[in-house]
This record gives sequence, C-alpha cells and structure tokens, in this order.
Amino acid sequence: MEAYISLFVKAVFIENLALSFFLGMCTFLAVSKKISTAMGLGIAVMVVQTLTVPANNFIYQTLLKEDALAWIGITGVDLSFLSLLSCIGMIAAIVQILEMILDKFFPALYQALGIFLPLITVNCAILAGSLFMIERDYNFTESAVYGIGSGFGWALAITVMAGVREKLKYSDIPAALQGLGITFITAGLMSLGFMAFSGIQL
Amino acid sequence: MDKETKKVLFEPLVDNNPITLQVLGVCSALAVTSQMSTSLIMALALTSVTACSSAAISAVRQHTPSSIRIIVQMIIIASLVIVVDQLLKAFAFDVSKKLSVFVGLIITNCIVMGRAEAYAMKNPPMKSFIDGIGNGMGYSLILVIVALFRETLGSGKLLGFDVLPLVKDGGWYVPNGMMLLPPSAFFIIGLIIWAFRTWKPKQVEHNEFKIMSISHGEGGHH
Repeated sequence: MEAYISLFVKAVFIENLALSFFLGMCTFLAVSKKISTAMGLGIAVMVVQTLTVPANNFIYQTLLKEDALAWIGITGVDLSFLSLLSCIGMIAAIVQILEMILDKFFPALYQALGIFLPLITVNCAILAGSLFMIERDYNFTESAVYGIGSGFGWALAITVMAGVREKLKYSDIPAALQGLGITFITAGLMSLGFMAFSGIQL
Repeated sequence: MDKETKKVLFEPLVDNNPITLQVLGVCSALAVTSQMSTSLIMALALTSVTACSSAAISAVRQHTPSSIRIIVQMIIIASLVIVVDQLLKAFAFDVSKKLSVFVGLIITNCIVMGRAEAYAMKNPPMKSFIDGIGNGMGYSLILVIVALFRETLGSGKLLGFDVLPLVKDGGWYVPNGMMLLPPSAFFIIGLIIWAFRTWKPKQVEHNEFKIMSISHGEGGHH
C-alpha cells in the first residue's frame, strides 16, 4: 500500500508532468488565463489520463511486450515498436468515446468540458503518461495510480498558474515581455518552487 | 530560388517563429536542451518529420474526407516518428536513451500537427515540404540558442569541448548548476522572446488593461 501512496505523491509533486518534464506546455501556456477554464481543462486531463494509462498498460502487457503473446502460444515476438501507434490510437479513441458518453448522459458536464476534449488528444502530457508507463514498466495497478497522480499533478499546476496570471494582469511589465514572455518566466519560477520537492524520499 | 520559396523557408525563423510567436512545440524545446548534442539530434528529427509529414499529408489532401483528416494525419505522423525512433535506436543509441520519451512525443508536437492543418492541407506537396523545413529550422534555432546557454554556463563545455575552464580542473569558471535544471530553460526562452519582440515590435502582445497614471489622473478627480 505504501508503495502506491509514494508513487502517487511522486507523480503529483516530484515528477510533476507540467513543471518538471514540461509536458502539455502548449495548452498549459495557452489556456491558463482564467482560473475557471484552467480548472475545467485540468479536470478533463485528469479524467482522460486516469482512463488511458491503465488501458494502454493493458494493451502493452497483453499484446505488445516482448513474449507477451505467449498466452495464445506465440513466442519470440516483440511488437513493442508498435506501442507509439497503439498508444495514440487508444488515446484518440478514448477521448472520442468519452465525448460521446458525456454528450449523451451528462450534458451539463459536456457543456463544461466539451470544448477541451479535442484539445486533449494532442496534449503531450497524456501521451507522455503512457510512454513513461511503458518505459518504467509499471504493472496494471501501478499504472492506474500513476495515471491518477500525474493527471492530478498537471491539473494542480495549471490551476496555480492561472491564479498567478490573473493577478499578473495588474502589474506593469515591459512592453516586449508582456503576454508570452512573462508567462514563461512565471512558469520558470513555479518550476523552481516544485524543484524543492525533488529531494523527498518516500 | 524564387521569392515565394524564400519567404516560406525563412519567415518562420524570426518573423513567424513556431515557438516564440505561434507557441507551438514548447514541451520538447524545454526538456531536451540541457545538452547541445541532444538538442541537435532532436532538431534534426523534428525537422525531418515535419517536412516529410507535410509533404505526405499534402499529397493525399484531395483524397482525405475532412471528417477523418485528424486520424489520417496522426497515422502518417506516427509512422514517420516510428521510423525516426528506430533509426535513432540503431545508429545513435546513447542519444536516443537520453531523449527517452521525447522522440515519441514528436507525434503530439503541435508544430507537426499545426503545419499539417494550417499549411499542408491547402498547398501542394513541394511547397509543404519547404514549409516543414522552414518551421523545423525556426524550432531548431530556438533549441540551439537555449542549449548554447544551458550547456556552456551549466557545465562549461560545448559538444564535449571545454569552453570555459572549470575551477575544479584548475580554471576560473564556477559552473552554474541551475542552468542544467529544468527551470532555466523557461527563463532563457522568456528572455529570447523579450529580445525578439524588442527587435520586432510588431509581435508585442498588448495588455487587456491600461495602467492609469496617477499624476495625469484620467478621471481620477479628488
């Protein structure tokens, strides 16, 4: 049990996808102007991440990994080079299905999250979650914990960023640094803050 | 080279840079730049993928129904990335280990998708190829500048050669460890944007609010 808690904390703080691996930066910088929108996107990322990482783990462990096809009697086959293609296909499919389910059964939620869902397919944080899972060879439970943790960490980072940017619009910034420039520097400072977690051993 | 080609090729370098103006492909620009060698390989990989995928997507653009175009683009891009990934593993294994998942992440690099959507779907293959090269070079330019600062100041070396002799080897330079850590990339890109926009004032974003000056008091009567 402790191992899972420590994996969760590690995924949220120490290895935060946005601030220590710079993943999902395009959306992170573009959609962090208002707290409410940032939070909506954050929740959407968390949901998709929680679903896709375990799903990709299942496919990888049962079909693609070296000798994974042993259960149907085929040995010596290594399909892991196909994992990129299967991961991105899985993510696109899950996002599409999620969009349809939300539209049909939870219209209020669809109104709130709907516009962000297409953005998520090309959010590198989602694909990276699955690729890190493969690289670190997590088992199914670990991958589920990692999915939730890394999604939560990303959501936390973008919400905090939006909070800072909302206050930042009242400050007097040199003209050429306004907008994107100062956002980069703010993100740098936040990332420096998150580095403080890096020595923690759990 | 005629004027049109030149414009497509060189405009993305400064005037319409994918990273500093279009805010595309930032993730990998930050993550792989702590060393010059990884940045160069990454720049090369991304430029070739963007150019080839733009050309391929543009070649099939008249046969692709718009409802499934995203999937078609994704598959073309993913296949090219797999080729690049396998090539790197075969010929530059150390670098490919260091780049870890970032080669795979070229698939979701917004530059590739962005150019496919914005340019390749509307233009013939040859022009799309050149556009891909141009945007790849714009990306490479930023990557090389960031890596130049990070590696020189962070470890005193550049591509394995000593540039600034370190104190521990009897030189005079005390390496700045922060340059090797992730946050420094944010600061450097922020400063590059500042420099670019001071040079080309047209790119400046204007604030939604004007700060009212107290002395002239526009409406600030007591």
